[in-house]
Amino acid sequence: MLLASNSLTSPAIGTLFWAVVIFTLFFLILAKFAWKPILSAIKQREEMIKGSLASAENARKEMLKLQSDNELILKKAREERESILKEARDVRDKLIAEAKGKATEEAEKLIEKARTGIEREKVKALSEIREQVAGLAIDIATKLLGKKLEQTGEQEKLIDNYLKDINLNKN
Amino acid sequence: MKPGKIIWLFFVLLFGMFSLPVMGTGENEKSPEKEKFDARSFILDHVSDSHEWHILTKKDGESVAIYLPVILYNKESGLLIFSSRRLSHGNEYKGFKLEEEGELKGKIVSVNADGQVDEENIPLDFSITKTVVGMLAAALIGLWLFLSLSRSYKKTGISHPRGIQSFLEPVICFVRDDIVIPNIGQEEHEKFMPYLLTVFFFILINNLMGLIPFPPPFGANVTGNIAVTFTLAFFSFVIIQINGTKSYWKHIFATPGVPFWMLPIMIPVEIIGVVAKPFALMIRLFANITAGHIIVLSLLALIFIFDSLVVAPVSIFFVIFMDCLELLVAFLQAYVFTLLSALFISLAIVKEHH
Repeated sequence: MLLASNSLTSPAIGTLFWAVVIFTLFFLILAKFAWKPILSAIKQREEMIKGSLASAENARKEMLKLQSDNELILKKAREERESILKEARDVRDKLIAEAKGKATEEAEKLIEKARTGIEREKVKALSEIREQVAGLAIDIATKLLGKKLEQTGEQEKLIDNYLKDINLNKN
Repeated sequence: MKPGKIIWLFFVLLFGMFSLPVMGTGENEKSPEKEKFDARSFILDHVSDSHEWHILTKKDGESVAIYLPVILYNKESGLLIFSSRRLSHGNEYKGFKLEEEGELKGKIVSVNADGQVDEENIPLDFSITKTVVGMLAAALIGLWLFLSLSRSYKKTGISHPRGIQSFLEPVICFVRDDIVIPNIGQEEHEKFMPYLLTVFFFILINNLMGLIPFPPPFGANVTGNIAVTFTLAFFSFVIIQINGTKSYWKHIFATPGVPFWMLPIMIPVEIIGVVAKPFALMIRLFANITAGHIIVLSLLALIFIFDSLVVAPVSIFFVIFMDCLELLVAFLQAYVFTLLSALFISLAIVKEHH
């Protein structure tokens, strides 16, 4: 065998033995005291970095959300204010209109009342005047007839006097 | 895998093949013009394992080296531990000597009473060799690096990466995000991360240390040693098999849609496939790293083959170029080994949904 005949290519039992011993110890010591803590530290750090990045991203999103929420709330508030103002204005207008309507109605009523009152008074007064004028006419007539119309001058004077009286009595 | 990944992998594999033929030329440098310099043994001595860490050879032939401990076991003498200095220069010690010639070159053999090599009775050699020292140093550097990293995480908690973290964390994250998760998936990747990270950094540190030529724990050809790559591939193999799902085993032993009389042919083919995967891992890493070392050494050997200083600048220029390339290969091979291990694991953990 080519491999076995050369000292380079045939594994020596002693070297093999020591290689196994040294490598095994090297592996066991490193696995327990080096790789475990090193790998876990690296992993921990990577996870921390990943976690921090994620939480930063979350915070950013949260802030954006808050911002848009604020905007929304503000918008809502503005709308509400607008609507309240509008309502107030409506109420005011309605009140004014109502008041105006009532007032005119009242006035009209009053005017109507007054007018009917005046009419009534007028009718009453006219009838009274008519009565009085009739009474006076009768009085005058009786007086004239009583004096038997003696003197023209005196008659005229008397008529005037009576007329004067009528004028005075007339209110 | 994404198409981009496949093209990338294709290049990586192509790259591996491209460096292999050069290994051949490295070995063909063996006909030196002068008898003094034997390029073949120079190169092979450097890339193969050894019981001593050779630093330099003085003019009088005496060598300066770090002598590593030899640990031997055989039935008669039991366990023996001694310095490899006692075996230097072909010396005999307690009936053992370091074979310098022939098929057993570089191995410790026992010598019988007449001074002859007893080929029947070769002791088991558990010596702390150059490769073992290099591997141990790499493991210690890795442990120091990652244990202090883990401590720094305990201290800083989950703040931004700092200090050693900013240097290693991208690599760990690369392994996780570009090798493990794309293959194994998000849910199950955590189970395999420790193994794949360990393999990745073990190979990477050893590859890089192999590129640094000098002070002793550096420069050993660890990931270019077949026993080491065999071990790594074996671990991958075990991890793949113990995590194999029912559907994975069914595909091997009762491939759906295959008529039953085909199974005697299909089962061996499938089993070869199961073994071939880690085998390819083993060979790829070994060949790439060894080839790199051989090329660099061959280029350096040119200076001594031509025995001329004029060649040196050219040689050094190419060595620097190759070292840059090897730096890339060091990362690439760690990446490929981990990637393919992850891929094979992902093939074994498939759920039944056809």
